[in-house]
Amino acid sequence: MAREGAWVEASRIGDGDQHDGGWLVTALGRWDLKAAGGLARELESFSPGDGRGPLRLDLSRLDAMDTAGAYLLARLADRLTAAGNAVSVTGVRPEHAALFDAVRKAGQPPAEPLLPPSHPILEMLERTGRATVDAAREGLDLLGFLGLVTITFGRVLLNPSRLRGRAVLFHIEQTGLNALPILGLLSFLIGVVLAFQGADQLRRFGAELFVVNLLGVSILREIGILMTAIIVAGRSGSAFTAQIGTMKVNQEVDAISTLGLDVVELLVVPRALALMISLPLLAFYADIMGLIGGAVMSYATLDITFGTFIRQLHGAVTLPHFLVGIVKAPVFALVIAMVGCYEGLKVSGSAESVGTLTTKSVVESIFLVIVLDAMFSVLFSVLRV
Amino acid sequence: MPSFDSSSGDGVVIRVRGLATRFGKQVVHEGLDLDVLRGEVLGVVGGSGTGKSVLLKEILGLIRPAEGSIELLGKDIGQLSEAERVAVQARTGVLFQNGALFSSMTVAENVMVPLKEHTDLPQALAAEIARIKIAMAGLPPGAGPKYPSELSGGMVKRAGLARALALDPEILFLDEPTAGLDPIGAAAFDQLIRSLQRSLGLTVFMVTHDLDSLTSICDRIAVLVDKRIRVGTLEQHLNDSHPWIHDYFHGPRGRAARHAEA
Repeated sequence: MAREGAWVEASRIGDGDQHDGGWLVTALGRWDLKAAGGLARELESFSPGDGRGPLRLDLSRLDAMDTAGAYLLARLADRLTAAGNAVSVTGVRPEHAALFDAVRKAGQPPAEPLLPPSHPILEMLERTGRATVDAAREGLDLLGFLGLVTITFGRVLLNPSRLRGRAVLFHIEQTGLNALPILGLLSFLIGVVLAFQGADQLRRFGAELFVVNLLGVSILREIGILMTAIIVAGRSGSAFTAQIGTMKVNQEVDAISTLGLDVVELLVVPRALALMISLPLLAFYADIMGLIGGAVMSYATLDITFGTFIRQLHGAVTLPHFLVGIVKAPVFALVIAMVGCYEGLKVSGSAESVGTLTTKSVVESIFLVIVLDAMFSVLFSVLRV
Repeated sequence: MPSFDSSSGDGVVIRVRGLATRFGKQVVHEGLDLDVLRGEVLGVVGGSGTGKSVLLKEILGLIRPAEGSIELLGKDIGQLSEAERVAVQARTGVLFQNGALFSSMTVAENVMVPLKEHTDLPQALAAEIARIKIAMAGLPPGAGPKYPSELSGGMVKRAGLARALALDPEILFLDEPTAGLDPIGAAAFDQLIRSLQRSLGLTVFMVTHDLDSLTSICDRIAVLVDKRIRVGTLEQHLNDSHPWIHDYFHGPRGRAARHAEA
C-alpha cells in the first residue's frame, strides 16, 4: 500500500464535460481507532459536491473498519446529506455491513441536547443553594433521628429486659477501654505543651507558679473533654458509621427489620448508651493524664515539685471547674453516637457510600461537638459558673 | 484493533497448554489444554470450585498459573514485558460479574477510560465514540451522565459491556454475564452479545451457568471436569458419558433449556 492510515478521495463521476453524474467519494485505508483522531480533523474540512448533485460514498475499497471508523463514515454521510447532497452509501463489504448498520442505528443523535448550557456563576449559586438546603434538611433529619432514638430509649428504660447488655458492654470495651492508650498519650502530651507554653509566658511576670492554675482550669473545663470528644469522634463515631454502613450494604439491616426486630433498639441504643457511659470516664482519665503531663513539664522546666503542684492545684480549682467539664461528656457522647449511627443507616447499596459517609460522620460530629462546646460556654457564663 | 484482521495465522486466539493451578495442596487444574478459535462464542461451564473464574483470571494475566503456558493473540502472556502486556490488553475486553464500573465516574466517563488511556483521540470524538458504544450496548441515551449507583443491575452490566467494547477488542471475556438478571433481561443480554459478536466480529469467552445462554448463543462449550477441559458442541456433550456432563445437560434444567431452544 502506498499510504498508511486512512483517507478519502473525491472525484467527479462521468467523463469529459459530462459532469452531471455528481461526485464519487471513496474511503480508503484502515478506518480504525488509531486513525480516528487525525481522520476526524481531516474530514471536518472535506466537502466535495456543490450541495445539489448526487454524491456516492463508496466503502468497497476499505482495508479495515472498526466502530470508530464506522462512526466517522456515518458522520461524514450525515454531514454531506445535511449540506444538501443526495448521498448514497455503496459498496459496503459484507463483513462491514453489520457493524456499519449497528453504528448508524446507535449513532442517531438524541433529539435534543441532554443538558442545557449552564453558566458558571449560576452553577455556583445553584450549588450553594443546594448545599444549604441539603444541610438544613440533614439537620432536620438528624433532629428527627434524635427523637426516634429518645423514644426507643424511653421504651427500653420502661422495659429494661429489652436492653442488650452484652452489646452495651462490648461497645464500652471498644469505645472506652480500647481508647485508653491513645487518649492517655495525647492528653499527656497536650498537658506537656500547655505547661511549656504557659511557663514561657508567665515567667516574664515571675508568676511561674500560676502555670498550675492555667493547667488546672483549662484542662478540667475545656481541653480534657474536648480532646476526648474529638478523639472518640474520630475513633468510634467513624467505626459506628462503618459498622452499620457495612451491615446496610450486606442487607443485614433489612434482615433485622424483616425478623421483626427494631433496628434502632438493636444497633443505635447500645452504641449510644455505651458511649454515654464511657465518654465521661474517658474525659476524667484525660483530665488526669493532662495534669500529669503538665506536672512533669512544670517540674522539668520550672522546678515546681509535685507537692507544690498539687497544693497549688488544690487552691486553684474547685469542684465546679471539674463538673463544668465532665457534664458536657454525655451530651457530646450522644451527639457522636447519633451522628455515627445516623450516617451509617444512610448508607445505600454501594461500598463507596460507606467511605463517603464515614468521612462525613467524623467531620459532622467534630463540628457539632465544637459548636456545642461554644454553646455550653455561653450557657455557663450566663449561669456564672 | 480491526476485528477483521486475519493476522493470527491458524485462527486460534487463545491457546492454553499444560496448565496447572494449585492453591496450597488443593489442585484446581492439571494438564489443562484449551484452544479458542477466532470468531466463536465459547461457553465455559463447570461445577462450583472447578476453577472457571480462576481460568479466566489466568488468561487475563491476573493470576499466574503454577505450570503451563497461555498464549493470548499469539503472545505468551507469561513472557511479556509490561508494554507488550498493555498492548495485548488493549485488544481484549472484560465484563466482570458485577460490572466493576468505577463508581466515582459516570457511565460515559467509564467507557472513555480505555479510550483516553490507549488512544490519542480528541476529547469530543472520544465522547462521541463512548456515546455510540453506550447505545450499542442497548442503554438509553440518558444513561451516559448517570453514576453506576443510579443504574439497575441489568443496566450496570450493559454499561460494563460498553466499557469492555470501547477499544473494539478482538476477544471479549464475560464472567457470568446473565447472573442476577431476570430471564427476559438475560435473554435480551444473550441476543445483544450475539448481535455485537456478529457485527464486531468478536471472539467471546464466556464463563456462565446459564443453560439458556449455552444453548442459544454458544458455538462451542468447554466443560471443566476432572481438572481438565472438554470442548465440544452441545450435541457432542449430550452424548458424553461423563457423569457430571451427563447430569448437567440431561438434568431437568438442561432439558428445559434445550426444549425452549427447539
